[in-house]
Amino acid sequence: MSRRLAAGRSLLGRRIDRESPVTFRFDGRRMDGLKGDTLASALLANGQTMVGRSFKYHRPRGIMAAGPEEPNALVNLGSGARLEPNQRATTTPLFDGLEAESQNRWPSLGFDVGAINARLSRFLPAGFYYKTFMWPRSFWKHVYEPIIRASAGLGRAPQKPDADTYEHYHAHVDLLVVGGGVAGLQAARLAAVAGAQVLVIEQQDHWGGRAAVDGGTIEGEHAEYWVQRTVEALSALPNVDMRTGCVGSGVYDHGYALAAERLAPAERPGAVAGPRQRLWRIRARRIVTATGAIERPLSFAGNDLPGVMLASAVRDYLVDYAVTPGDAVVVVTNNDDGYRTALALCDAGIQVPAIIDARSRVTGDLPSQARAAGLRVETGSAIARVTGQRRVTGVDICPQGSDGTQAERLACDAVAMAGGWSPVVHLWSHCGGKLLWDEATASFRPDPDRPPLGADGQGFVLAAGAANGEGRLGPALVDGDAAGRAVIAALGLKLPRGTAPAPQARAPEEEPLAPVWIMPREADAARRSKMWLDFQNDVKVSDVQLAAREGYESVEHTKRYTTLGMATDQGKLSNINGLAVLSDALSAAIPEVGTTTFRPPYTPLTIGAIAGEARGDLFQPVRRTPMHDLLDAAGAEWEPVGHWRRPYAFPRAGESTHDAVMREVRNTREAVGLLDASTLGKILVKGPDAGRFLDMLYTNMMSSLKPGRCRYGLMCSENGFLMDDGVVARIDDETFLCHTTSGGADRIHGHMEEWLQTEWWDWKVYTANLTEQFAQVAVVGPRARDLLQSLGGDIDLSAEALPFMGWAEGRIGDFKARVFRISFSGELSFEVAVPAGRGAEFWQALMQAGAPLGVMPYGTEALHIMRAEKGFIMIGDESDGTVIPQDLGLDWAISKKKDDYLGKRAQARMHMASDERWRLVGLETLDGSVLPDGAYAVAPGHNDTGQRNMIGRVTSTYHSPTLGRGIAMGLVLHGPERMGETLSFAKVDGSTVEAQIVDPVFYDREGARQNV
Amino acid sequence: MSEHEHVTGGPRLLSPRGMVTIRADFSELKTGDAVAAALGPAFPDTNCATNAKGRSLLWMSPDELLLICPAKETEALIVAARDALSRLPGGHHLVVDVSDARVAFAIEGPGARDVLARLTPADLRPGVFDAPQLRRTRLSQVAAAIWQSAPDRFEILCFRSVAGYVARLLEGAAGQGAPVGHLDRDARAGSRAR
Repeated sequence: MSRRLAAGRSLLGRRIDRESPVTFRFDGRRMDGLKGDTLASALLANGQTMVGRSFKYHRPRGIMAAGPEEPNALVNLGSGARLEPNQRATTTPLFDGLEAESQNRWPSLGFDVGAINARLSRFLPAGFYYKTFMWPRSFWKHVYEPIIRASAGLGRAPQKPDADTYEHYHAHVDLLVVGGGVAGLQAARLAAVAGAQVLVIEQQDHWGGRAAVDGGTIEGEHAEYWVQRTVEALSALPNVDMRTGCVGSGVYDHGYALAAERLAPAERPGAVAGPRQRLWRIRARRIVTATGAIERPLSFAGNDLPGVMLASAVRDYLVDYAVTPGDAVVVVTNNDDGYRTALALCDAGIQVPAIIDARSRVTGDLPSQARAAGLRVETGSAIARVTGQRRVTGVDICPQGSDGTQAERLACDAVAMAGGWSPVVHLWSHCGGKLLWDEATASFRPDPDRPPLGADGQGFVLAAGAANGEGRLGPALVDGDAAGRAVIAALGLKLPRGTAPAPQARAPEEEPLAPVWIMPREADAARRSKMWLDFQNDVKVSDVQLAAREGYESVEHTKRYTTLGMATDQGKLSNINGLAVLSDALSAAIPEVGTTTFRPPYTPLTIGAIAGEARGDLFQPVRRTPMHDLLDAAGAEWEPVGHWRRPYAFPRAGESTHDAVMREVRNTREAVGLLDASTLGKILVKGPDAGRFLDMLYTNMMSSLKPGRCRYGLMCSENGFLMDDGVVARIDDETFLCHTTSGGADRIHGHMEEWLQTEWWDWKVYTANLTEQFAQVAVVGPRARDLLQSLGGDIDLSAEALPFMGWAEGRIGDFKARVFRISFSGELSFEVAVPAGRGAEFWQALMQAGAPLGVMPYGTEALHIMRAEKGFIMIGDESDGTVIPQDLGLDWAISKKKDDYLGKRAQARMHMASDERWRLVGLETLDGSVLPDGAYAVAPGHNDTGQRNMIGRVTSTYHSPTLGRGIAMGLVLHGPERMGETLSFAKVDGSTVEAQIVDPVFYDREGARQNV
Repeated sequence: MSEHEHVTGGPRLLSPRGMVTIRADFSELKTGDAVAAALGPAFPDTNCATNAKGRSLLWMSPDELLLICPAKETEALIVAARDALSRLPGGHHLVVDVSDARVAFAIEGPGARDVLARLTPADLRPGVFDAPQLRRTRLSQVAAAIWQSAPDRFEILCFRSVAGYVARLLEGAAGQGAPVGHLDRDARAGSRAR
């Protein structure tokens, strides 16, 4: 059984503090751990070998690794608003009061109903879902999908908003070093000495990578002391920032990298202020990935039983936490490194019944030490299978070349497997770095000739140390040193004279590994179906072989068919083993089969870290007009318009929104209403070529507009489609003020600048977006002039001095103002612009002065109804990006005299000029009801895809309080030629409603009301 | 102080000032000289600002400056700038009052860079971004200009409609419990003490 070794063996447990006990809960059970433990080491110390069930077959699973590659030990961490699913126990620092819950089991870890799947595994082969749930088709939605979703595994989704906060931080550095092992530290040290600004990040809470556990000496001292001295020296430098608990997540174009820093993980909940994680958004001129390597499992039957662990993890737990996975640990290996684990166990007094080495010739330094220590070394051997139900009880050993049927049983309660090391090439590969197959180590390592390229055409990522295939102490240091020197050269820096060469290191010589992908080599089908490749997604050797037999030759297809490497660990343990099995089944070389694509993030990021501060009221910026607070106090019901908030209506106490809208329309038509029009875009266009420029931008003629006058205009994209509309006022000979739609100001300003900067760069025109400089109020209704005149000022507002479509400048009351006589409602209307800083004051002045006249504010819905009563189009309702002005009967606003305008040529194309296009009409239901928005007019027969034929659709539809019935606009095939015809519009409930085609101008066709 | 970034008094909204957008062809040296002579501050270098007579000229783009001045001078300086530019050959320009279009916040102290670096992708490293430089960039999701008006004093200019959003952003970034200590080295000791 796994347990903590007693104190007294002073070399063990270097990360724990035996004087600082902490308690935690696992599945509700109280357990004891020590400060410095990870959740995984504490669970093992408590004898908790089984920590979860597997995803598909619900097999018992134990802790397998000691780092982020852990596939099995995923837990729900915390509870309530701090519940986090799928947390790796191996990277979760233990703290007092931690609560963890195992996953993938029901009702309990010991007794799990889903384990029946394991009995059915013969019927759940690779591609099972694809094969089974195809038929009958209707069952997918109603039967299969709900069941699959309910039984789908892994953690519970939190039900409450995350109680923690997160932040982003943008850093710019010369060099980012990912990984604080000896190679990364050496590279950082050189670059720092040469004067580079360096950020070094390390995912663990301590520096040095594997050096401290795996031993060896640097410059005559234990490697750990060199690490300590180097870290101290680096931390003292002003140009170096060292961060532990900070994992490199992704590398992107142009030296952009993401890293997630864990802040204050301990003593939750409540006690720690500030963010829980910091997402680093790093722009680095060069990146050194010194991310180490991950040990591979070996594929033998029963390699997933709790108690089977990676050999390196076994010695990590032993050395760092004084925890042993068992009392008798069999080591199985294909290389010399596995012997380190056997020797460490032996030193700690743990029994090692045998070292099973797949190689037939074993003569290296480490095996010699093992033999000298009296350990039994079985060469040319394999594990035929692991015995035990919920945990290891023994292993059957057999010759590696056999089929495994003739075997000797060895009793043990844990197995340490050493299958060789795979460099962590993820970050190198994220942005396109290519890999080489290295025969000697049987692994993919970065190809230095094909790095990810930066904007300067040079590689901006350098791999170093074990991540570069140089896993042994001495070569790793030399490689880190070389990476540091390469970075210095690339940055144009120089090392000070007399900088020492790479430090000298000593470690035992190791002999080559034997590439062993299946154990034993001739294993029968029964054994192959118990050899796990992907532990988290339950993919076995037999599944990959089945995929190959069924014709899946591409590794990317096999991955998706079998789900190999698709779990939350992204196949950190399984990818190389899986593709080796695939290449063997295809009789192809491993490099020919290749790897799947490495995608960020390296380890899962919590959504909160990605969101950063953008949550709650900072989720999106909300734009507020100068009158926002006043309107809010007046009871505005808000609606989003772009990032703006605009009042939809102002319902009074006890009044429905609909009734409020009706009241606002009636009051505006009968007395006077106020609309906050500040959101309208206001772009100043000035210069000798301004008229010519606007003639190109608008479909109609703007250069002929007289100063003091306004004109309505349409803007089209170069593809001819209507994109914006608004009123243009000519300020003086050279200057125009262009009003855009509320959502369109920034886009239209950008559109103008793009044409000026890229096509018409020699035209003398400047633009300025003045949208935010002015507050604008539409004063609308028969009493509008009375209201403005009552405020006094120096502008003559009479019909003679300021006629319809004129504008004037001066003072209204004591407000500096521009007054535009334009109308979107059909009523007498003045739009008054005042400096934004006085907008709220101006609004209040109007409300006060207007009280005797019956003034009321109105919202966007009343605005919409009044414009629809007048047949005015609305961008976004009547237009949708596929509509041209001609569709809307706006030919009058398209100049025939101009040689050109943006969209003119496009509008001449055959399809645009076709009379089969749907065109704008008014619609009136026969029964006075309101047509459903977006409803289609249906015609007899069906189209090619079996739908009912459609000949038109509703674009705007309202109840008109002015007319007392429903009115609508729509686009209809041959619409204007069909006045008086009745169409059927389909409703959602399957019924239809009849409506007559009428003129879209429903009210005051002559325009008498606005022209007073 | 140990729990927070080293900023003095937190971010604060500055009272309204005059602001004027000036667009002209500054690739002609005399255009810039004419503006400088009319307004006081010298013509600014790229990404920089200049000060004189309580007025500042901010470089916004190759053909755009922003004048910041006392509110009561705004109208007279607009006239002065227009007159000076009109006298040049061609004389094509745009000078317009934008005093109400933007608001400004100030944040000061050695920790101010680390506060802003939580929100902006701009490179704020000392030696890269020093007074009197200015960057047009973004703060989180909105456009903003960051102007180092004096060493370790930063003015943030943003549009009026998002003033509330930016105020909340800055308060949030300055009020975090854990100093980053990346650009502000003195804060690092605290942040490493976990």
